[in-house]
Amino acid sequence: MRALFWRDIRLAVRSGGGFGLGLAFFLIVVVLIPFGVGPQTSVLRVIAPGVLWVGALLACLLSLDRLFALDYEDGSLDLMATSPLPLEGVVAVKAMAHWVTTGVPLTLVAPVLAVLLNMTPEAFVWLVATLAIGTPALSVIGTFGAALTVGLKRGGLLLSILVLPMYVPTLIFGAETLRRGASGMEVQTPLLLLAAITLASLAILPFASAAAIRINLR
Amino acid sequence: MSLWEYANPRKFMATSGTILPWVIALAVVTLVGGLVWGFFFTPEDYRQGATVKIMFLHVPAALMAINAWLMMLVTSLIWLVRRHHVSALAAKAAAPIGIVMTLIALITGAIWGQPMWGTAWEWDPRLTSFLILLLFYLGYVALWEAIDNPDTAADLTAVLCLVGSVFALLSRYAVLFWNQGLHQGASLSLDKEENVSDVFAYPLYLCMTGFILLFVALVLMRTRTEIRVRRLNALLARERSV
Repeated sequence: MRALFWRDIRLAVRSGGGFGLGLAFFLIVVVLIPFGVGPQTSVLRVIAPGVLWVGALLACLLSLDRLFALDYEDGSLDLMATSPLPLEGVVAVKAMAHWVTTGVPLTLVAPVLAVLLNMTPEAFVWLVATLAIGTPALSVIGTFGAALTVGLKRGGLLLSILVLPMYVPTLIFGAETLRRGASGMEVQTPLLLLAAITLASLAILPFASAAAIRINLR
Repeated sequence: MSLWEYANPRKFMATSGTILPWVIALAVVTLVGGLVWGFFFTPEDYRQGATVKIMFLHVPAALMAINAWLMMLVTSLIWLVRRHHVSALAAKAAAPIGIVMTLIALITGAIWGQPMWGTAWEWDPRLTSFLILLLFYLGYVALWEAIDNPDTAADLTAVLCLVGSVFALLSRYAVLFWNQGLHQGASLSLDKEENVSDVFAYPLYLCMTGFILLFVALVLMRTRTEIRVRRLNALLARERSV
């Protein structure tokens, strides 16, 4: 398990594009918003929680189709499926590696971008906290979408259609917690619900993803 | 004699062939009756005027939009557990009907909302969750279309349907939390306190029955088509191999 984890991370970091691409995309989304909305700092401060969350979500989506596709093409996915490690475990590990290479960097870089959107410094803590809690759910849900589309030639677009509606609850609770936290309201309910989505996805979705991969490899 | 006999395509084709004309006839009668009653023989509401009559399309369509997904959930489960092909094909057949029902509900809602709420679209929990439901339907159909092998496609869409049901339900409550709505609560329920008055309720019940029958008729028709398409493909494959 550990070997697979490090292998995935090394592959993500060393094969050019995948790793930095998500971060660059996140940066570009956030930079483009003021050009579209206009540079009034009061407006930007209001929409910043939503923009940052949507940007993180899209950046996460961007790297999903590489999750299984390369392993499927060179046959290593078959080897993983027949290895002693159960396929559910393989999927969970790959989702975790995906989170470490996209979710964690996004979380760490988000406060820097929040400065561009004129967010108050008190909100930074909530920004990091909600992203840290919510992005694992994005990775796990995305892994399920990637597992469904692994056998397809051009699955990228289909993948986003399948995954985006499932991202809605995470996005709503993540942005809501951040919005409340940034304006100093109580955050307990949405924060707990966000954590519940992440934990439930982690507990259940690897089984669905493994089932989808078995069907695709048959 | 058990229900599972109808999982045999031949048996299903024979039975559905005999009952289909009756279902269609009944659907047409109830639907035409209910809509004519609703549109021409009900009084105008004292506050909403004639626009209240959009309800006779809007409410049944919304009902079927949700229940079509429920039916797909049940048939997908049957396919995953007992591997009956008719079941998987019925789920495939129901999805486009669900899309149309969702669209009818959204569009009639917009037509009603424009004069009544002063806006055609509002980010209200019910409206938003229907929009998300539409996205789920689109993803489901897209996945069916994208996969060549019919058994793989049936398996994967069934898994998607199960997981999608959980997330659709979750979205429903998430958007409820996210924004307080403009949409009214249930107009029909078993306790009579806040129901619409009987003048509107009876034609509405008739329209709902009509939509249910229409849905059954359309699903049967489309499932029969899917079975025929499969038979045709099997024949073509045999022809090529000879």
